[in-house]
Amino acid sequence: MIGKSQLAYSDPVSDELFKALADPTRRVILDELHERSGQTLFELCARLATRHRLGISRQAVSQHLAALEKADLVRSRREGRYKFHDMNPEPLGLIVERWPGPNPRESDS
Amino acid sequence: MRIHINSVFVDSQVKALDFYTNVLGFVKKHDVPLGGPEGENRWLTVVSPEDPEGAELLLEPSGHPAVAPYREALNNDGIPATQFQVDDVQAEYERLRALGVTFTQEPLTMGPVTTAVLDDTCGNLIQIVNPV
Repeated sequence: MIGKSQLAYSDPVSDELFKALADPTRRVILDELHERSGQTLFELCARLATRHRLGISRQAVSQHLAALEKADLVRSRREGRYKFHDMNPEPLGLIVERWPGPNPRESDS
Repeated sequence: MRIHINSVFVDSQVKALDFYTNVLGFVKKHDVPLGGPEGENRWLTVVSPEDPEGAELLLEPSGHPAVAPYREALNNDGIPATQFQVDDVQAEYERLRALGVTFTQEPLTMGPVTTAVLDDTCGNLIQIVNPV
């Protein structure tokens, strides 16, 4: 459910979400985390390099992950010495509910 | 010139010898007392039973102050300290899992190679890989 107040011209949640999705590398990162959740940065970098020929630095992947985490599309968790990343599809519901759903103006009347 | 020794820093040489021999399956090659502050450091190496005259793995004490931050940074990003070759990563993964070994990366095939990453219980991640 999205109230009208959340459909204001600019809201911080949507801004971060669309910004995160605007980058092709970040969409590939989501694809890979969707295939297997709970990846270390090492595994993610290996997947990008070998499967997608994306020879990007570990720091760059870290920054992409930070942008995805800001949009809550990726969550990281620590287990002992290690850090794992999971995809969180929930924010994508905002997109699905915003346009493909019933027209709020029509349903208001 | 030949590669003679590779090394990993281990939290405890006693525990490491147990893991690297009884769990991974290497055999002890050299074990020489070296003294040290606690009088317990050893020059401790293992080799593969498939290649006993081949390169040795030195299980090196981790007391130097640079070791902890170095390993913490590698572990945080999931980066292995070293890599061993196995005939079949999937089979080795299943064998080691049954022995209680923790993996931070399950077998993953990337083009011609399959890799997996395990925790050696002595502070390191180890990558295993199929021959290419």
